Amino acid sequence: MNRFIATLAAATFLSSPLAAQDLEIDELTFGFIKLTDMAPLAIAYERGYFEDEGLFVTLVAQANWRVLLDGVIDGTLDGAHMLAGQPIAATIGYGTQANIITPFSMDLNGNGITVSNAVWEAMRPHVPSMDDGRPQHPISASALAPVVEEYRNEGRRFDMGMVFPVSTHNYELRFWLAAGGLNPGFYSPQDITGTIDADVFLSVTPPPQMPSTLDAGTIYGYAVGEPWNQQAVQRGIGVPVITDYELWPNNPEKVFGITEEFAEQNPNTTRAIVRALIRAGMWLDADDNANRSEAVEILSYPEYVGADEEVIGASMTGTFEYEAGDVREVPDFNVFFRYFATYPYYSDAVWYLTQMRRWGQIAEPQSDAWYHEVAAQVYRPDIYLEAARSLVEDGLVSEADFPWDTDGFRAPVTEMIDALPYDGRFPNAYIDAFPIGLHSTQHVSDGMVHD
Amino acid sequence: MTTLDPDFDAAREQRRARLFTRINKADAWFKVLGLSWITPVLKAIAGDNPRAQVGEVWRLLGVPLLAILAFMLMWGTLAPKVQTSLGAIPGPLQVWEQVENLTSDHIRQMDRANDFYARQDERNADRIANNQEPRFRTFTGAPTFYQQIQTSIVTVFFGFVVGTAIAVPLGIMAGLSPTANAAINPLVQIFKPVSPLAWLPIVSIVVSAVYTTQDGWFDKSFLISAITVTLCSLWPTLINTALGVASIDKDLVNVSKVLKMGTWAKITKLVLPSSLPLIFTGLRLSLGVGWMVLIAAEMLAQNPGLGKFIWDEFQNGSSQSLAKIMVAVFVIGIIGYLLDRVMFAIQSMFTFSNNR
Repeated sequence: MNRFIATLAAATFLSSPLAAQDLEIDELTFGFIKLTDMAPLAIAYERGYFEDEGLFVTLVAQANWRVLLDGVIDGTLDGAHMLAGQPIAATIGYGTQANIITPFSMDLNGNGITVSNAVWEAMRPHVPSMDDGRPQHPISASALAPVVEEYRNEGRRFDMGMVFPVSTHNYELRFWLAAGGLNPGFYSPQDITGTIDADVFLSVTPPPQMPSTLDAGTIYGYAVGEPWNQQAVQRGIGVPVITDYELWPNNPEKVFGITEEFAEQNPNTTRAIVRALIRAGMWLDADDNANRSEAVEILSYPEYVGADEEVIGASMTGTFEYEAGDVREVPDFNVFFRYFATYPYYSDAVWYLTQMRRWGQIAEPQSDAWYHEVAAQVYRPDIYLEAARSLVEDGLVSEADFPWDTDGFRAPVTEMIDALPYDGRFPNAYIDAFPIGLHSTQHVSDGMVHD
Repeated sequence: MTTLDPDFDAAREQRRARLFTRINKADAWFKVLGLSWITPVLKAIAGDNPRAQVGEVWRLLGVPLLAILAFMLMWGTLAPKVQTSLGAIPGPLQVWEQVENLTSDHIRQMDRANDFYARQDERNADRIANNQEPRFRTFTGAPTFYQQIQTSIVTVFFGFVVGTAIAVPLGIMAGLSPTANAAINPLVQIFKPVSPLAWLPIVSIVVSAVYTTQDGWFDKSFLISAITVTLCSLWPTLINTALGVASIDKDLVNVSKVLKMGTWAKITKLVLPSSLPLIFTGLRLSLGVGWMVLIAAEMLAQNPGLGKFIWDEFQNGSSQSLAKIMVAVFVIGIIGYLLDRVMFAIQSMFTFSNNR
């Protein structure tokens, strides 16, 4: 396979000088956060896919999601590894308003929820065991409810960390808590802390600082991407209780975000970027993850993720370690290409919008058509398919790797942990089905939910 | 027999005296370089009372070396006993290992850069063969530890030079005219104690807004770091210059009046030379402050440099991170020391008083 790729690389290498001529700009700076799901960027750089396209890319680690988003908006960064919620929130003007689009989904799954050792000990009696004595997964947040109750009786707030108000992790943590009967709190236009009526109080911590913050006792648990759940295990300071694969198998995760202006002014460069990223995603998933150990080594370089190889490898190579020693198979923990992972589905954007509405970040009721319009404005399968088409023409990928005929909506999902079916075509019906959360006609003001 | 020859004795004495004058003169330079222990060694070789010189060498070389050794021993034995979530605190050996690792990382990155340029040359050869303009791009790999050191040093000097260019004229104004002093003083008193971390957000927002030209002269991040250094390192120079200028001998000032010197001549011929020692004291303090401020600013703003290196390693949280951060701490310390020595050396070249 490696030789095959080398031949491919050589083939494009020869053809690239001609293609490179049409690029509007060829020197680019991309931002990323130190998480294993930035892998497509590192791989596209290290394997020379960017260079094959005639792109000279500088990858720069960013301090947190806020800095990264501001960088893309003010033009210091040409593009970035983003939370799926970031381009959507920016477009609808929640936080900073900016038209950011995503022509490429970076991965599926890859997150986990971790609690401190003390909380885990208190939770454990409420978690059913399997025959061999190990806890039965997936673990519901209902096992956490008595612990939260206990803290409240002692007069302590139960604080947990997530990485950004519009992050996947915020919505996943809320999803898990609410599915277990715990209210993670509402946002309102006046109160953007998101803690109205909360049982569990969520606050923002940058991913790489999660383990240290947990260790310091500032939070009792967190939702974050890899390797920061596995690092809690390795450092002996916490126990991951659930992965997002168990919350929603093959949920959409990070995206590659650029400004709409950039895409309009530099269509050829944009297509070249997407081409390189598609090839990187393919390489990461090729031959049943055969390249993953090489990817792990690359990611462990200090300029990328920089954590120890064992820590990164723990989740990247198809396994996940819950308690120390309790290693289980999660072959799809990180998906970079299979299941059309890189195609920007409208239904993914709609799901994030429904969660923003559910927790009050979108303050007013909206029609189904509005959800679909926003999704179509942010998610740009047209750019993606154009890049994919040119790769097929160059003989670098096969026709079957891409969903050419989809209308942009995945088949309705029924395997989510709260057992509610999700169909992106009917967002308001989905919102109304949640036992905890705003319904499609409700809004929050003055710290209270109103009908 | 020779000892009876008075002429010969005298000549020898003279030679010895000359030798010792020379050693004493060199001593000033050894002090500048932080190698003052060489003087007693030379003196002993030249035939001075060895016992007294051994005492000196012991005090200047033996005691410091012993202290460092004791520190290393304590560090080496105590560090492994403290378990952190990143493993035991690294001892001197592990830290040295990371010096080697960082060096090999640097070499690896340089190799990659060379490969990149080789590929570029190949591509350009193709382009020329196809009658196209060759294109040259710089390598886009991540900066290595050594490149970060270089960035930090360049930044601190840039900020410091700008700071000096502002502080010295202002200081001279404040020193010469009590009115100017009354105007400048309150502002200095208020801004002097402000932490770099407070300046940083203001500087970064203002620079982003004002420096919008894409002329490629400076990176924004470079300007932000450098200006923060400037803002924090102005004050020691300003205050010391003002003080130095204000405390010029009254007689000299009267002489300048008698000679009817112009302001410019007065400043260059009289004010500057006599206030140089204090100006340099201020400059040394400023550079020291600037260096400390820079590391903090780089850490917070994620601007390239040693501060960013430390923050990245903290975020990496790998088993090598603590040791790498310690390497950076030592490097920062050593560079800070060298910067001070450089300023001290320049000061020694320009001034002749003992007022250092």
